[in-house]
Amino acid sequence: MLRKESSAVLLVCAVFSLTVAGVARAAEGDAPDVQTIVTRANIVAYYQGDDGKATVKMTITSKAGQTREREFIILRKDVVDGGDQNYFVYFQRPSDVRRMVYMVKKHVGEGKDDDRWLYLPALDLVKRVAASDKRTSFVGSDFVYEDVSGRGLDQDTHELIETTDAMFIVKNVPKKPEEVEFSYYTVAIDRKTYVPTKMDFYDKQGQLYRVIESKDVKVIQDLPTVTRSVVKDLKTGGQTEMEFTNVQYNVGIGDIFEERYLRRPPREAMR
Amino acid sequence: MIVFRRIVPIHIRTVVLLAMTCSAIVVAQDEQVKSDPVREFFERFDTEYHGFYEARAGYRLQNDPDEKDMSIMEARYQFDLFHMRDWGDIKVKGDVYGDGVEEKGVFDLREANLFMRPTDSMDVKLGRQVLTWGTGDLIFINDLFPKDWQSFFIGRDTEYLKAPSDAVKVSLFMDWANLDVAYTPEFDSDRFISGERLSYWNPVLGDRAGEDNTMSVERRREFLEEDELALRLYRNIRNYELALYGYWGYWKSPGGFNEAMTAAVFPDLYVYGASIRGTVGKGIGNAEIGYYDSVDDRDGDDFLINNSEMRYLVGYTQEIARDFTAGVQYYVEQMLDYDDYENNQPAGMPKRDEFRHLTTLRLTKLLMNQNLSLSLFTYYSPSDEDVYMRPIANYKASDHLAVEIGGNVFFGDETHTFFNQFHNNTNAYLAVRYSF
Repeated sequence: MLRKESSAVLLVCAVFSLTVAGVARAAEGDAPDVQTIVTRANIVAYYQGDDGKATVKMTITSKAGQTREREFIILRKDVVDGGDQNYFVYFQRPSDVRRMVYMVKKHVGEGKDDDRWLYLPALDLVKRVAASDKRTSFVGSDFVYEDVSGRGLDQDTHELIETTDAMFIVKNVPKKPEEVEFSYYTVAIDRKTYVPTKMDFYDKQGQLYRVIESKDVKVIQDLPTVTRSVVKDLKTGGQTEMEFTNVQYNVGIGDIFEERYLRRPPREAMR
Repeated sequence: MIVFRRIVPIHIRTVVLLAMTCSAIVVAQDEQVKSDPVREFFERFDTEYHGFYEARAGYRLQNDPDEKDMSIMEARYQFDLFHMRDWGDIKVKGDVYGDGVEEKGVFDLREANLFMRPTDSMDVKLGRQVLTWGTGDLIFINDLFPKDWQSFFIGRDTEYLKAPSDAVKVSLFMDWANLDVAYTPEFDSDRFISGERLSYWNPVLGDRAGEDNTMSVERRREFLEEDELALRLYRNIRNYELALYGYWGYWKSPGGFNEAMTAAVFPDLYVYGASIRGTVGKGIGNAEIGYYDSVDDRDGDDFLINNSEMRYLVGYTQEIARDFTAGVQYYVEQMLDYDDYENNQPAGMPKRDEFRHLTTLRLTKLLMNQNLSLSLFTYYSPSDEDVYMRPIANYKASDHLAVEIGGNVFFGDETHTFFNQFHNNTNAYLAVRYSF
């Protein structure tokens, strides 16, 4: 596998969906073409720096107001900027999943599925996870896997439909509509930082049904970083908030994406 | 396992324990207890404290002439302590439970170990630990670490299928491959079916038997003499996991009888095997093979001792719809030296087939934001013509509270076959667990 000693160093890790931001310059004069915008936003959202680490707290709220919490430490390391990358997720809460580890080797490209592993500590069991549907809920939240690890740019066609003072609005239409539950989605991308700030998903009838918003953006290690994002499912009335703390970039994550570290995570994954 | 018996009359104890567990759960649930003095105590020593309270009750769904109607009735408390230092980690996990079926209190220390990472290329885990490797789903070829089949069949949580080992595990990580060495100085057998809790086919009696005819067993208890060594050499090539295995020890569940046929024994066993696992199409495929060298009966003509065997497994798992996963496995046990076995088997004893075929199907569906899990695991043997089904519905009512209903269903044609011998144990259970 290609390993890129990344030098590009755009910012940091977009640990989960909308994390991070970029140092991009403000677009002066003419807007760049749409391919440039989405490529840049993708890097800003998912590939900042060579690697990244954060503590993530998810609060899942049902329509009835019942809440559930998930807390985990996530580590990300890029193999190729804009391409393959590895994720290591160490669960801390709730207690019935404590010390469970979820590992993903994300592969970008036509027809390539990710490799996923799950470690169940009570059984000392390393499992391969057969999950090819990336539109499945991530740990029971309103976020789906693709929100977390990114959706391949080549899976959609992109169109710049509007340029406001602050934002590029890009419409994305899936090339294989039968594989997803939406007909299209729009993304508002900050013109200065290239941080995706809002995503609106429309169902097959053209109705808006799902909204993801970046609520807080902080500058961490000189990199604008989304530290709080919220997804609302307008159909179920449920919502999930994700808060990122202890965000660090370019921490020098080693080759931890191995069975050895599933069975006993490295220290940096545990605290 | 430490057992306390007859301190208080049984039924009272069970009822009290179940009531205490349930009320602890209810109180904790209602009041959302934030401050836990026990946790605070451990936190003062930088030690994480977690665990759960659980009440679990189950009954046989038919009359079993050899056992009680009650299949499981217990109130359980598990504590899990974890302490991290620069030089290593200490973990202690134990269960205390009141067992209303056997009328006793039990302390079962599940883990008590020290983990160290002395160099970049070495991990060491010393002490009581749960060990698992291999690729099968509830089928084990090269995983010869102890299993608790009794817990599995009476409806305890799947966690309890793995019994702990008192062992040292050294893992070496090299560029070309990784090596695990697990040494168990005193043989840890399976917690096998002995008739205490589950009626079973007793070959000496030639009939099903239960708590009045528990199997007597000659245990192996010689420290450093009756030991076990298990190795795994493995590497990952393009995310295909390849492994070679070796085991030098004993049949984990009784694999023969002594000459007087008064007790079951654990004959010597060496196992050599290999496995592969990785992406196949849209799912995960796995294959595993093992050669069971029954050292005490290499010719296969001693009817008291298991013959050598070949074991083969292929499996495939795929997500077939959103949050719906299906897994199938095909497994074969081939008895070697079958002619010698046939010629030496005493008249009247049911003969094993040369090939035992076994298929499994696992269906798992997640519903209600993945809070409700419905799963069905089915073993079906076309050669034994018997079936074992494990339906489980688990609902997470909150981050702390889970409710589970499940069953263990055995049926088949003949009374002595692997699963159908347990037919009269077919049971259903209900459990409530509060995790903290």
